[in-house]
Amino acid sequence: MPGQQKTIKRIVKKHPLAIRWFHWVNFPVLGIMIWSGLLIYWANDVYKIGFGSTTLLKFFPDTFYKALNIPYRLSEGMAYHFVFMWLFFLNGIAYVLYTIFSGEWRDLMPGRNSFKYAWQVLLHDLHIRKTAPPATGKYNAAQRIAYSAIIVMGIGSVLTGLAIYKPVQFGWLCALFGGYKAARIIHFVLTIGYVLFFLVHIGQVAMAGWNNFRAMITGFEVKKMKEEAPADDVVLSESETVKS
Amino acid sequence: MANPLKIFFTKNDQLNTDQLILKKTVISFFFFFVFAGAAFFGLKWLRHQPTAAGKTSRPLRTVLNANEKVFDGLVSEKRLAKQYPVSQADKRPRVNGDLGMKSAFDPASWAMNVIKGKADTLKITLDEIKKLPKTEIVFNFKCIEGWSQITHWGGVRFSEFMRAYGLNGEAAKKYLGLSTPDKKYYVGIDMPSAMHPQTLLCYELNGKPLPLNQGYPLRLIIPVKYGVKSLKRIGFMYFDDNRTPDYWADVKGYDYFSGL
Repeated sequence: MPGQQKTIKRIVKKHPLAIRWFHWVNFPVLGIMIWSGLLIYWANDVYKIGFGSTTLLKFFPDTFYKALNIPYRLSEGMAYHFVFMWLFFLNGIAYVLYTIFSGEWRDLMPGRNSFKYAWQVLLHDLHIRKTAPPATGKYNAAQRIAYSAIIVMGIGSVLTGLAIYKPVQFGWLCALFGGYKAARIIHFVLTIGYVLFFLVHIGQVAMAGWNNFRAMITGFEVKKMKEEAPADDVVLSESETVKS
Repeated sequence: MANPLKIFFTKNDQLNTDQLILKKTVISFFFFFVFAGAAFFGLKWLRHQPTAAGKTSRPLRTVLNANEKVFDGLVSEKRLAKQYPVSQADKRPRVNGDLGMKSAFDPASWAMNVIKGKADTLKITLDEIKKLPKTEIVFNFKCIEGWSQITHWGGVRFSEFMRAYGLNGEAAKKYLGLSTPDKKYYVGIDMPSAMHPQTLLCYELNGKPLPLNQGYPLRLIIPVKYGVKSLKRIGFMYFDDNRTPDYWADVKGYDYFSGL
C-alpha cells in the first residue's frame, strides 16, 4: 500500500529497579538533609556573595527564613541532620557500589569527547543549534557529566560533613579541606549545587516528556521504530502498528 | 476487552503492546505511590512521636544516642584539638551567652565548691588554683551555632587539678558536673573528655585575667566539645556515675556529649 510505513512500538528496558530505588530514596532524604541543614545554618548565617563591602546576595534573606519557618530550630535541625545522614550515606554507598558492579557506570562515566558533546547538547537544548548531538548511549554527554559530578558532590558532602561533625577526631580530614571554616563553606556550596542541579533536572525532565519520566518509575521506555531498525536493546514486547 | 481492568488479570503474553504498557505503568505507579505515602506518613509519625529530653522526638534521640557511641567512643587522649601559635589568636574574643551570670555576684568572696559527698565539700580559691602548674592553649573555639574563633586561654589542666587535690575516687566516676554559683546554668561532661589533656580550669584570656563576661574568676575550657560545655564562672563541681544534668541537653534537646 503506497504511503504507508510500518512502525514497531517496543517496550525497552531503561532503568534497573535498583537505580530507581536509589534515586527515589535519595530525593526525600536529600530534601530532609537540606531542610535540616537550613535549620542549622540559620544559627550563624554569615555567608554571602559580594565584593568589598557590597553584598550581592545574602544567604538568606529574612523573608526566606520566615516563609520556611526556619528560625530558632537549631537543635531540631541537628537532630534530623545527624539521623538522616545515615540514610543519605548508605543509599549513596549502595548506589555507587551498584553502578560499579552492574556495569551501569559505563552509561554514566564521561568519555573523551563528553565535554565537546556536552556543549553541543547545551546549544541544542537551548534551541541555538539545530542538529542533535551524537548519541552516547542511555545518557547524553551533558547528563554523563552532571550525573557523575553529582556523585563526586555527594562524596564531598559526606566527607566535609564528617570533618565538620567531628573536627577533632577527624582533624586530618578537616585539614584536608583547608580547616574547619573552609570545610563548612564547601559543605554549604555543595548544597547550593544540589539545589541548582535540582532546578535544571526538573526543567529537563519536564521538557523530555512523559515517556522519559515514566521510565524512572516503571523502568521501561516505549520506543517507536521502523521495522528494520536494529534491535540492540532488550526488547520485552513488540507489536506492529500501521501508520499512514 | 470491554472491561479495562481485565488487563490486570490477563497474562502478559496475551496482551498487545499498548495494553502491556498500560498494565506495567499502572502497577509501577501504584507501588510508587504506596511507597511515597509510606514515606510521607513515616515522617509524619516521626514528627509526632513523644519527645525525649528537651524537645527531640524519641526515635531521633535513639539514633543520636547511638551516634554518640560510634563517635564519642573515639575520644582519646591522643587526639588533640589543633593548636595555633599565639600570634594567630583573636584579640577580640567573642562574648556569647550569659546564662547563669545574671545573678548578683561578689568575685571577692568566690571559691569553687568541689562536692565530694554529702557534707564533704572542698572550697578552693583562685589563688590556690593558680599555685598549680599553668597550661596555655591556643585553639579554634567552636560554637554549636556554627561560628569559630582562634582564642588563647590559660589555666590548670583539669586532670592535674584532680591529681593535685587527690580526687582520684571522683575522677573514677563516669561523669563530671559543673554549675554556676546561682545554679542557673549547668553542664554535664563524660569523664574521659574532662580528663583530656586540653581541658582546662581556665583563669586567663590572652595572657590577662578573665574578664567578668568571660567567666571570671574561673571557667572551663574544653576544646573537644562545643562551646556550650565551656561553662563560665564555676560555682560547683560534682561527680556521678549517672549523667549529670546538662542545660542544653535536658532543656533544649541538644546532644549530651556534643563532642567534636
